[in-house]
Amino acid sequence: MFNGLTLGALLVLVAMGLTIIFGALGVVNFAHGALYALGAYAGLVAYEYTGSFAAAMAAGAAFLLAVGIVIERGLIRLYYERPAEDQILATFGVAIVLVEGLRAIFGGLARNIPAPSWAAGIVNLRVTLYPTYRIDVLAIVGVSLVALYFILYRTRLGLIVRAGIEDQLMVNILGINVTRTFLTVFGLGAMAAGFAGVINAPIVTVSPDMGADVLVQSFVVIVIGGVGSFWGAVVGGLIAGEILSLVAMIEPAYSQVALFATMALVLILRPQGLFGVEGRQ
Amino acid sequence: MSLLEVDAINTYYGEAHALFDVSMRIEPHEVVALLGRNGAGKTTTLKTMMGVMAPKSGAILFNGLPIGGLPPYKIARLGLQFVPEERRIIGGLTVEENLVLAGLSEAKSWEPQRVYDMFPRLGERRRSRGRELSGGEQQMLAIARALVREPQLILLDEPFEGLAPLIVQDLLGVCRRLAEEGRTIVIVEQNVEAALSLAQRCYILNNGHVVYEGTPAELRGDPDFMHRHLGI
Ligand SMILES: Nc1ncnc2c1ncn2[C@@H]1O[C@H](COP(=O)(O)OP(=O)(O)OP(=O)(O)O)[C@@H](O)[C@H]1O
Ligand SMILES: [Mg+2]
Repeated sequence: MFNGLTLGALLVLVAMGLTIIFGALGVVNFAHGALYALGAYAGLVAYEYTGSFAAAMAAGAAFLLAVGIVIERGLIRLYYERPAEDQILATFGVAIVLVEGLRAIFGGLARNIPAPSWAAGIVNLRVTLYPTYRIDVLAIVGVSLVALYFILYRTRLGLIVRAGIEDQLMVNILGINVTRTFLTVFGLGAMAAGFAGVINAPIVTVSPDMGADVLVQSFVVIVIGGVGSFWGAVVGGLIAGEILSLVAMIEPAYSQVALFATMALVLILRPQGLFGVEGRQ
Repeated sequence: MSLLEVDAINTYYGEAHALFDVSMRIEPHEVVALLGRNGAGKTTTLKTMMGVMAPKSGAILFNGLPIGGLPPYKIARLGLQFVPEERRIIGGLTVEENLVLAGLSEAKSWEPQRVYDMFPRLGERRRSRGRELSGGEQQMLAIARALVREPQLILLDEPFEGLAPLIVQDLLGVCRRLAEEGRTIVIVEQNVEAALSLAQRCYILNNGHVVYEGTPAELRGDPDFMHRHLGI
C-alpha cells in the first residue's frame, strides 16, 4: 500500500507536467520521460559536487526549467500549428537526443543518489517498517502539487492557462500573448518532470533509459484521469501507483499489464477519463 | 484622419479568395453597419481587421498605424476589440474570471463592478461559469468583455443572432447606449432593420466585394437595391 502511494505520488508529479503541457499547448510531449531522466542526472551531478540532496533537488528543477524553455523556444514552438504526428516525431526526436546524450556523457551504467541523511532510516508504522525517505517523498510531492495548484488556479498566469486550454484564439483576441504563456507552461512542465527525476533517484537507479517506463505509465495516468485535468492526474497517478505495486507483490511481470487493463476498462466505461470534460477538442 | 482605414485588402482561406479589394473607413464616434447575405465576407472582414486572418495584400491603418497581419493580441492592445459571432465565452471560467481575463493586458481596464452596474444580470451571475449562462447572458458578457478593455473601436459580429425578440430588444438598447456614449462600433447583422436603426453609415458586401457605401436613409430610398443585395 505505502509503496504504491510513493510510486503513485511520483507518477502524479510526472503526469502533471505531461497533462498541463498537453492541455495548454495541445502537444503530446514524448520527451517527458527523457526530461525526467535529465532531471535525475542534473541532481546526480549537483549531489556529487555538493553532497547535498537539497542542492540536487534545486538543480534538477532549475536546470529542467531552463532546458524546457530552450526546447520550447528552439523547437516545440514551431510545431503548434502542425499535425499531431509531426509533434510526436519532434518530441520523440528530442527524447532520443537527450537520452543518447546522457549515455554518451555518463555511460549506460546505472548510478544512484543516496537518500538524504535527514531521511535515511526506517520508520515504524506499526503495521510495517518503512523507509523514512519514501514518506518524505509524499510530503515533497504534496507541497509541489499545492504549489502547482496555486500557480494554476490563483494567479494571472493560471487564469490565462485555463482560458488558453479552452480557447487560445479568444485569449489572443483579448490582448494576451498566448505563446509567451506557453513558454512558461512548457518550462513548468519540464521542471515538474526534472524534479520528479531527482526525488525518485534514491528509490530507483539512475540510468539514461529510466524515463521510458515512467513516460508510458504517465500517459496511462492521464488517460485514466482525463487528459488536461489537474485532479485527473492526481487521482489517476495514485490509482496507477497502487495497481503497479500491488500487482507487483503478487507477480511483477503482470503489473504493467494490469495497468493497461485498468486503462482499457476506464476508456470503455468513461472514454473522457475519470475527470475529463466531454467534448473538449 | 480616420480611426480605421481599410485599403484594398484581399483575404484568402487557403486557395479560396474571400475578400476582393475591400476598402472602408471608420471615423471616430460613428456606428457603421456592415451588411450582406450569408457568405458575403462580413465575418472575414472583421477577422482581418482584428488580425485573426492576415490579408494577402492591401493595407489596414488604425490611427494611421499599419496593423494588417499583426497578431490579434497586438491589435487588441492598440485598442481594437472583436466580439465574435460565436461569442467564445470561456466556459470553464466564471463570469468574473472572464471579465478579469479580458482586462489583464489593458492598463486602464474596468473593474468588474463597473460591468455589473451596467449589466445587473451579469452581477447576479458573477460566480456562474460561462457555460452555464443563457445565450442572451453570454452575448451580454461577450460585449461586456470587450468594453472592459475600453477599446477605441468595437467590432460586433451578429450580436442578436439566435436570441429571443425580448432579449434582442435589451441588447439593442445596450448598443444604442454605447452609441450615445460616443463609442465607435462596426456592427454586422442579419437583422438589417436593427443594424440600420443604430448606424450612421453602412457598407454592403456581396461575394467579397464592397457594393455599397452610404447612409441608412439613402439605402432605404433604394428598395430594389436592398432587395437584390440583402434579400429584403
Ligand atoms: N474557415 C473557412 N474556410 C474556407 N472558406 C471559408 C471559411 N470561412 C468562411 N469561408 C468562406 O468565405 C466566404 C465569406 O465568409 P464569411 O464568414 O466572411 O461570410 P459572412 O458574410 O460572415 O456570412 P454569414 O452571414 O453566414 O456569417 C464564404 O464564401 C465562406 O464560404
Ligand atoms: Mg459571419
